[in-house]
Amino acid sequence: MVTSSTETTAKRSSIDFKTIGPALALLILCIIGFLLNPSFVSEGNLTNLLTRSAFIGIIAVGATFVITAGGIDLSVGSMAAAISGVMIIIMNNAVDTMGTGVATVLLGCGCAVVLGIGAGWINGALTTKGKIEAFIVTLGTMGIYRSLVTYFADGGTLSLNFDIRGTYRPVYYDSFLGLPYPVWVFIGVAICGWLLLNRTAFGRYCTAIGSNEAVARYSAINVDRVKTLTYVIQGLCVSFATIIYVPRLGSASASTGVLWELEAIAAVIIGGTVLKGGYGRIGGTILGALILTTIGNILNFTDLISNYLNGTMQGLIIIVAVLLQRSDWKLGKSK
Amino acid sequence: MQMETTAQAAIIEAVNISKSFGPVPVLFSVSMDVRSGEVHALIGENGAGKSTLMKILSGFHDPTSGQIRLDGKKTDLPPNGAAESLGIVLIHQELNLAEQMTVEENVFLGREVKSKGLLDKAAMRAAVQGYLDEIGLDISPTDRISDLTIAQKQMVEIVKAVSRNARILIMDEPTAVLTEEETEVFFRQVTKLKESGVGIVFVSHKLNEVKAISDRITILRDGQWIDTRHAQDLTPDLMAQMMVGRELSDLYPPMQEADFDADLVLEVDNLVATGVNGVSFGLRKGEILGFSGLIGSGRTAVFEAICGLAPTDGGTVKLFGRDAGTMTVAGARDAGLAYLTKDRKEKGLLLDKKMQPNLTLFALPKFVKNFAIDRKREEAALERAIRRFDVRAKDNDITVGKLSGGNQQKLLLAKIMECDPKIVVIDEPTRGIDVGTKQQIYHFIAALAAEGVSVVVISSEMPEIIGICHRVVVMREGSITGVLTGDHINENEIMRYAAGLKREELH
Repeated sequence: MVTSSTETTAKRSSIDFKTIGPALALLILCIIGFLLNPSFVSEGNLTNLLTRSAFIGIIAVGATFVITAGGIDLSVGSMAAAISGVMIIIMNNAVDTMGTGVATVLLGCGCAVVLGIGAGWINGALTTKGKIEAFIVTLGTMGIYRSLVTYFADGGTLSLNFDIRGTYRPVYYDSFLGLPYPVWVFIGVAICGWLLLNRTAFGRYCTAIGSNEAVARYSAINVDRVKTLTYVIQGLCVSFATIIYVPRLGSASASTGVLWELEAIAAVIIGGTVLKGGYGRIGGTILGALILTTIGNILNFTDLISNYLNGTMQGLIIIVAVLLQRSDWKLGKSK
Repeated sequence: MQMETTAQAAIIEAVNISKSFGPVPVLFSVSMDVRSGEVHALIGENGAGKSTLMKILSGFHDPTSGQIRLDGKKTDLPPNGAAESLGIVLIHQELNLAEQMTVEENVFLGREVKSKGLLDKAAMRAAVQGYLDEIGLDISPTDRISDLTIAQKQMVEIVKAVSRNARILIMDEPTAVLTEEETEVFFRQVTKLKESGVGIVFVSHKLNEVKAISDRITILRDGQWIDTRHAQDLTPDLMAQMMVGRELSDLYPPMQEADFDADLVLEVDNLVATGVNGVSFGLRKGEILGFSGLIGSGRTAVFEAICGLAPTDGGTVKLFGRDAGTMTVAGARDAGLAYLTKDRKEKGLLLDKKMQPNLTLFALPKFVKNFAIDRKREEAALERAIRRFDVRAKDNDITVGKLSGGNQQKLLLAKIMECDPKIVVIDEPTRGIDVGTKQQIYHFIAALAAEGVSVVVISSEMPEIIGICHRVVVMREGSITGVLTGDHINENEIMRYAAGLKREELH
């Protein structure tokens, strides 16, 4: 080995700083929240915060794969809306034959998963086999999915049958070991995502493709299949998010999931994943999702800044996060 | 001076030009002049310094020493193509036209004729039509560039140059992409230009063409000026000899006798693909087979098609006696066939990643245990590869882009060898690396062959082909023109086949 130990530690520490950046930001946000209003750290608020983060967080885990492999998916918000709409229609129609029990809810969830995978596969196949840029493909499907839910709802709102709502309700509102179910789903998706990206050949292939697609192709990687799979994973994540979202309101409309795609992408970027691909961090993405929700939460708690400026704060955080990441790169280099 | 004095004065003259890129010298005191109304061909092997000289003549590079004289006066040419204003135009091999714009728009790009602040389209169209008529080109000024053939595009470049009152036109392999008929048309235009007094510098590997079109010929070899002669004093054979003609050093490992009765591991029959017209050859166990030919002769295309990197349009490939069908890259790898690209920065290595993920990327399935990557084995593989291939990094955590070219090449070799191929195709094994590393790589290739691995070496550097290969296949324009063995493997022979002066009837 030719490695000199001092150099290694210097490098490690700079990389570590980059890795803990988002965690540090979240910690600072939490301290600010606490200082502004001590009830920010109450158990009720923290669980609420985690539950709210779950939707964007789960979707963002999927988006981490897509972005790491050099793609982008703008259709996730519309996809969530379309899946909730179809799910509600299916469950309402199944009431006559299957009743209002768990079976109907499971049917709805099953359909959501199938739809999510299908929608993701369409995005992936159009990008890889159709050789259309991911931005264009998902811009197109974003419009399609959004208008489908408007059409299904006839311009209004699709409401879940009241009795099924009773059966399904616990999925969002009940807890296990003190944590609401959506948080458990979030944790499960995050762990699976982390393992998949960091420990498997598939994850390595995503990174390689995002870093340089030609190198990936020359390295015997089936680029089209891996890229399509990232969109399928994204679709699957959207369907999970939808499954825990539907019981919250028990309805779907044209305004369901609006701007989720941007929040998901923002969470990914804040977390340190590189937008042009080649470097992805699931842990960072989860922190990113938490940071975004925390900002909204803090603004709700205080009169200091109008709640209407939520978007402004989120925007600022995104820009600052990316700036910090860049200066950190320089720091690492100069050492 | 090398030339006898003539009545015709030179328009541009390069005097004792030397050029180094960093510490690497590429031109050594080269002199050349171009006169009004002559075609002056510049020939030499790949890497002889032709491109550099052309770029210095047109102001894209500054000479390290020596001077450029324009009409007898010492001149510092302005950079980045601004020399066009002095009447010196370089036409790049990759043409420089805006594909989506019309002929007329391209010709006047950047110096549009205006009247009262608006474009004077009528005037521009008339002017372009005039040039087209003059040169005898049958296209309309309003045709879109993307609709033209390559030959026509080339002519548009020339029209563009003429419209800028070019006195010196420097063309980098203008005929490389033209068919024979197109070349004839092209030569007629060149002759017309020449008669109108333009001096033309013409680079080509097609020696017959050079002989046919040129008035004078300058030969470069390894950055040195070899000779400038009148075309009538040279034959293509003589040119080839002057272009090569150097001795082999002891850079190469001692040649092990090849066993010409060993099993055939790869049999390719009548392979057709983009840039490949019916190629057939066989490769034996433990053999080092060279693929020589000019750049663009289809050598890389053959192996990209065989290894599943490009689609095939016909022909059969047999691996170890069995029909391989159409393989994916992964399929080829699993069958024991690996291709090492010549483009290590764009296709070979992930420059922003560390050595470890790069090393194992190609053979990654081998490192998977229980669905997860076995990191311990990866680490062990890296240490082994560093030792075996002598990869020198000051730190194993360094990103690959920061390694020297030689170490990158060794890492790339290690990456490909990680899957233990039985047949390995190495495209330009020593491109852009220092002599010491070259030697290591040659010895490594020889050792592989001695172990029974079959190696294909695609190379534009003839000495290395001659130095390490048991047998040499020469390609030209997508076909095999000759297969050389034993004493027939020499630069003159290879050059004759590569330049199309000689063709062997195969089978």
